[in-house]
Amino acid sequence: MTTHSVASPEREASRPKGPSFGVVDCDIHPAPSSPAELAQFLPERWREHLTTYGVRMPNQPTNNIVPYPRMAPGHGMRMDSWPPNGGFPASDLEFMREQLLNACDIEFGILQPLSSGSMTTNQELGAELTNAMNEWQLAKWTTKDKRLKAAICVPQEDAASAVTAIERYSANRDFVHIAIPTRTMEPFGRKRYWPIFEAAQHFNLPICMHAPATGYHCNTPTGWVSYYIEEHVAFANPPQTIVTSMIMEGVFERFPRLRVVLVEGGFAWVPPLAWRLDSLWKRMHDEVPHVKRAPSEYLREHFWFTTQPVEESERPADLLDTIRWIGPDRLMFSTDYPHWDFDDPARAFKVELSPEDRKAIFRENAVSLFRLDEK
Amino acid sequence: MRARFRRAYTGAIVSDSPYLGAIDCDIHPAIPGTSALVPYLDGYWREMRVLREMERMDLMSYPPTSPLSGRADWRPKDGGTPGADFCLLREQALDRFGLRYAICNCLYGSQAFYDENMAAAFCRATNEWIRREWLDRDPRLRASIVLPAQNPDLAAEEIERLAGDKRFVQALVLSRCELPLGRKFYWPIYRAAERHGLPIGIHAGSMFRHSPTQSGHPSFYIEDYAAQTQAFAVQVASFISEGVFAKFPEMKVVLIESGVTWLPAVIWRFGKDWRGIRAEVPWVKSAPGDIIRHHVRLTVQPLDGPSDARDLERILDHLGSEDVLLFSTDYPHWQFEDDAALPPGLSERMLRKILFENPLAAYPRLKETVQ
Repeated sequence: MTTHSVASPEREASRPKGPSFGVVDCDIHPAPSSPAELAQFLPERWREHLTTYGVRMPNQPTNNIVPYPRMAPGHGMRMDSWPPNGGFPASDLEFMREQLLNACDIEFGILQPLSSGSMTTNQELGAELTNAMNEWQLAKWTTKDKRLKAAICVPQEDAASAVTAIERYSANRDFVHIAIPTRTMEPFGRKRYWPIFEAAQHFNLPICMHAPATGYHCNTPTGWVSYYIEEHVAFANPPQTIVTSMIMEGVFERFPRLRVVLVEGGFAWVPPLAWRLDSLWKRMHDEVPHVKRAPSEYLREHFWFTTQPVEESERPADLLDTIRWIGPDRLMFSTDYPHWDFDDPARAFKVELSPEDRKAIFRENAVSLFRLDEK
Repeated sequence: MRARFRRAYTGAIVSDSPYLGAIDCDIHPAIPGTSALVPYLDGYWREMRVLREMERMDLMSYPPTSPLSGRADWRPKDGGTPGADFCLLREQALDRFGLRYAICNCLYGSQAFYDENMAAAFCRATNEWIRREWLDRDPRLRASIVLPAQNPDLAAEEIERLAGDKRFVQALVLSRCELPLGRKFYWPIYRAAERHGLPIGIHAGSMFRHSPTQSGHPSFYIEDYAAQTQAFAVQVASFISEGVFAKFPEMKVVLIESGVTWLPAVIWRFGKDWRGIRAEVPWVKSAPGDIIRHHVRLTVQPLDGPSDARDLERILDHLGSEDVLLFSTDYPHWQFEDDAALPPGLSERMLRKILFENPLAAYPRLKETVQ
């Protein structure tokens, strides 16, 4: 594996200047240096289970590889993100500091660990794996660098265990959100998830939802796609299902202070979905009488969106319309480090944002949502 | 526009409709029940129809009683299936809007059966029914060939069987199928359609082979319908990624009742992905947005646009082309009130494109028969 240091003088010289204030990166994917590193947080019984049976994921035809192999080593890592001292991308805090936190002036980094515990078919194992992921974040990351903030990973299909996990970590301000994959077993507004919403609202923790590599159902409503590029385009679909389901099931009438962040699912689809839902609701509100207001109002109040991969409009200025329709107070910058489609804060937007919007998107919205200014 | 039109309408053919001479690319004659198809079924399927009690086979994507399936003032007074009455359709759609042509897209359970022989028999009967009981009754009507997509060879046979009748201007499949529509499994359909100058129409609807979302079945009809845009986005990505347009360079795909405003977001996301990982699909030689503007068309109802005219202009501008939208009323589906089949504020040039020029360009057979 060839590695390139991002800190090379030529590369630094060519890099446009980023924001002049501390950035909040809402999507960092930390990795263990080895499988054993996570396993040390598992009881012996489950370590043995993993050795013998591994982690079974739904609709994953092959072992040890994602269903749609990525187009870069490490299942889709930035080519230059392999730590010079060895190990997997984003597994080495020193190198993450050098390549991401320091290089991009990241004042706070929100961890989005992709825990197999949230998707495995074995729910008891899932509870143990997510718990191990939570302990590991404390031990390896947040206690070592105060800029990094952890996610409470939960086995969302087993709501009781998920609530237990939320209760366990809610008092620890190193944890600033609850992490749940977008491809849940049922549409996310369904009642099986309401105990999680109740806990999230009670502890004032936003729920961050990120795409997983597997899911319980076919990855499109018209059959399995052939290519990774199609899968990646379709990653924008589950967040739309989440928005639709949570609104139409009346979740926000029941949990009026619940907040949801859709991570890495794009955001340009948001205004068209709002227009479509409003128009359908006008004609069929009697099917969902528990939905008291226009769907777009719930959307506007309860959802946030991280920016990476920033949709690049064909004419850069068109993106400003989209940002205006969503509201610049609902977008939060993210890099997706160390994945291949990383967005650099200095390059992510191909159009100039107003100074206010820039500060809101790159910093203030996240500081306020995740309560990063609280001690 | 609407006020002027209402004043002008007297119940007869309207001469100063703002849509006068328009080509409506999506109207829905409805099969009231399979008894209507009996004359067009062979002896075996006539017997099976009775024996297996297959009288009502409305597609679950459009339950006749749902508000979307029939606008209140477009429903037959006797409570019958919206769209089943020829005289009403003639009066409320063809005459009222002053249409020059209207393309019939018949949606029925035959498109979703699990038994491919049953599907082929009932699709054949549907097409014959459309031909004899609709096309023969009004020279303004055109139709899509309803395909049994369950078996692309049988579907191609149906195209060949009907291709000689130039009033069939398109081949029709549903948006949620067994496989993504770009897959080579379906290419026999595209070969036959290309040979006969027929665009592939993809209409909102489901064969219900997979759940409507990646998280399973939503609780409500409103969610199922809202999620249709996801299926259309997948189909567009599939056609391009599988190389269908590289193989059939003249092919047009018309997304019908798909919604419109979701498309720019897909163009942007897909375009960025293509720049990053096009090595996976080397036969995709140009940016997805350019391919879409060359090959893909969309009917305008539902538009799913913002209420502000200036915002609407912006989102339509994001499409990057004035050539992609085709006029439709979606009669008798309830997408708009009164006669507002198009939103206010469109430029004269854009109106001309949507109402006449784009449909004529999209449907070669329409152009052949234009007077």
